[in-house]
Amino acid sequence: MKPETENVIDVRGLRYRYPDGTLALDGIDFRLHAGECAAVFGANGSGKTTFVMHLNGLLRGEGSIEVCGLRIDGSAKADTLAAVRARVGLVFQNSEEQLFMPTVLADVAFGVANMGLSSENAARKAKEALEQVGMAGAAEKAPYHLSAGEKRRVAIAGVLAMQPDILVLDEPTTSLDPPGQRELLQLLRRLPQAKILVTHDVDFAAALAARAVFFERGRIAGDGEIHSIIEQFHWSRGSE
Amino acid sequence: MASALRHASVERWSRGSSPLHRVDARAKLIALLVFLTAVATTSKHAPWIYAAFFVLLGSAIFLARLPVMAMLARAALVLPFSAVFAAMTWWAGDFPTAAVLVAKSFLSILAALTLAASTPWVRLLDALAFLRVPRPLLLVIQFLARYLFVVGNQVAHMRLAAQARGGIGKSSLSGFHAAAGAVGVLFARSWERADGIYKAMLARGFTGRFPAPQVAPFLARDVAFLCAAVFVTVAVRFAL
Repeated sequence: MKPETENVIDVRGLRYRYPDGTLALDGIDFRLHAGECAAVFGANGSGKTTFVMHLNGLLRGEGSIEVCGLRIDGSAKADTLAAVRARVGLVFQNSEEQLFMPTVLADVAFGVANMGLSSENAARKAKEALEQVGMAGAAEKAPYHLSAGEKRRVAIAGVLAMQPDILVLDEPTTSLDPPGQRELLQLLRRLPQAKILVTHDVDFAAALAARAVFFERGRIAGDGEIHSIIEQFHWSRGSE
Repeated sequence: MASALRHASVERWSRGSSPLHRVDARAKLIALLVFLTAVATTSKHAPWIYAAFFVLLGSAIFLARLPVMAMLARAALVLPFSAVFAAMTWWAGDFPTAAVLVAKSFLSILAALTLAASTPWVRLLDALAFLRVPRPLLLVIQFLARYLFVVGNQVAHMRLAAQARGGIGKSSLSGFHAAAGAVGVLFARSWERADGIYKAMLARGFTGRFPAPQVAPFLARDVAFLCAAVFVTVAVRFAL
């Protein structure tokens, strides 16, 4: 784990245009400390998911992105991207998309095996990650036999096994019932990694993050203490 | 949604614990190949050999404690195809060839189904890899099997949504139109889903190669099964 004052993410002037010409990100500046947890709010289509896709090189725009000192730009080599992807654990909104291997254990071991570990070591790390999320008993199950909450936990185990420094969770509470959300909250509180939560669930975010950034039409319109951001942008259900 | 998984009964059967389920997938796969070769090369003038093959398969289904009628019904799905060719052959005045065409196709599909219903498909994939089936083909099979469930769920959701708004009646023209539109939407959604899956794979460092499967030991029980299956099949093929 990095020292708490060090920036694990340093984004400056990030701009991204979709192939159809739409400007999705228009000069994003964002920094995240080791161990810090930040919520990302904003209306649908404001650029939140596009932004987090840049953090492990799935999308590449103009500007500068550094993850744990590794620079991702147009000329980033495959081994740099592999190193970045090992450090940034991206948990997708739809767990169904993230779980594609025949068994839970094979799925959780997928990322670790891609890091070059032997199949025995990958399986060991996968088992540890499954224990961490309380899903050790489901190792041999097929992912499609799990409930939505279990799928989400397995998807998180899939990135935890890679021992990332940063967890990026895109709409983590989608399709989770209240007990499932509670379990997820407790799990995320236990994890020491820096976290970015992209979410519309203000209560969930406020229970976990002290800081929030607010996206508006591809720009960061606000960055600060989470409750003041919620108030400033009238971003809770009770806001007038 | 349980109803969405009705098509998955073969997969459910494959997780049984009968003596046939416990046999190594490689032994069963080789036995199947021998059986299929024997069926394919049997003369059309020896109907009792086909009867003996049915008895042999029946014992395997019995040993695997599989539901006989449901298995026969599923295997019968192949009949409309072979029956068309059989009817043409019969029309041309060659009844024995017509009968054998139906018997061979039905026996082959029933045998393959018995293997699929008594072997978890993960083990089946490992067995195919062991027999040096080309890797791209294995990947196609793996994803096809995995996403049958995803697409199946999608279909079930769309059907429910159509029914909830009074669409897809009893084979009316409007129902046909609704179904045709649904196929288009299903294709587009599956395409989007495939893109999401690929991104999720890249995010965990996928470089184009899947981790190698772990190979389980081949036990004396498996050798005994393989020898017995091959001996009986060859004996039926040549001795009767």
